[in-house]
Amino acid sequence: MAYKWGNTMTALATGTIAPDFTLHSTPDQRLSLAELRGRPVVLVFYPADWSPVCGDQLALYNELRQEFAKSNAVLLGLSVDGAWCHAAYAKDRHLHFSLLADFEPKGEVARRFGVYRDKDGFAERALFVLDKEGVIRWSYVSPVGINPGADGILTALEALPGRAS
Amino acid sequence: MSLAIPVGKDDHVLGPADAPVTLVEYGDYQCPACAAAHPMVKVILKRLGAKLRFVFRNMPLSEIHPYAELAAEAAEAAAAQGKFWEMHDALYEHQDEFGPDLVATLAKRLRLDTSRFEDDLVSGRFRDHVKRDFMGGVRSGVNGTPTFFVDGMRYDGILDEPSLEAVLRQRIAHNACAAAGR
Repeated sequence: MAYKWGNTMTALATGTIAPDFTLHSTPDQRLSLAELRGRPVVLVFYPADWSPVCGDQLALYNELRQEFAKSNAVLLGLSVDGAWCHAAYAKDRHLHFSLLADFEPKGEVARRFGVYRDKDGFAERALFVLDKEGVIRWSYVSPVGINPGADGILTALEALPGRAS
Repeated sequence: MSLAIPVGKDDHVLGPADAPVTLVEYGDYQCPACAAAHPMVKVILKRLGAKLRFVFRNMPLSEIHPYAELAAEAAEAAAAQGKFWEMHDALYEHQDEFGPDLVATLAKRLRLDTSRFEDDLVSGRFRDHVKRDFMGGVRSGVNGTPTFFVDGMRYDGILDEPSLEAVLRQRIAHNACAAAGR
């Protein structure tokens, strides 16, 4: 299902193959989505490091690492913040998953997934669950000020075929 | 979002079982926003009296609050000695003193059997209970702490006393109408 808001963008629909991308995961390392084929991937687009709602949202996912691991899933956060900002933020919040810097060209990956807010200059609070072939199986775009929680992600992961139990 | 786990025998409950409205809180003892909400809940409990049933469940975010899990298990260990709410209040009221020794100090102050209390914490006797609370919260759409549910529906309104109390009172009135119409 595609989600619409305003007249700007529509999030990529379920059943679409997620577009590949390569982004900095640390100041000196880069990660490509294609490297993760064979494992489910959870993409968490969020507006910005340090903002209160994001903090709660990522802190919750951080606590749920074991639950995501049950599906062998890789969790990735994405925002327009730079790799150094992500590194400081992840260290401060003890985050144990990668934050990718959708920094240059700014917001390009969010745009490709249809979840960039042009007027604001940051991504929607959007979730995508990809299966191990890289196909989008579930997505959700939350109002920017509302933390979407984790229930939808866990349910989507559990619904993937061939889930390790 | 609505409450995935109904209020049951494992819950810590204040107020009558047949109260016309139930408020469930998912909280973390080391979370500043939860400590800020604590006096608000106490005032509302006092004002609504027997009209309100209040339930507290654990949602410790351990990576950002290193003593939250210990505190949650300490409250459960106090519950095993009949003093859940005393420990619950003490943890929130002494949040600024959080450290490795706080729960033992509070246990002593509450005159708990401290060796039993320590055994329960060392053995992790209540770890599963806390984990069950946590995952029940996740499945209910808890997305941060504190999160409140009014009669099972997540409260997304402003978190202050007048707003929450107004919603609870509306719910009481609604339930009274529904009962009268039966």
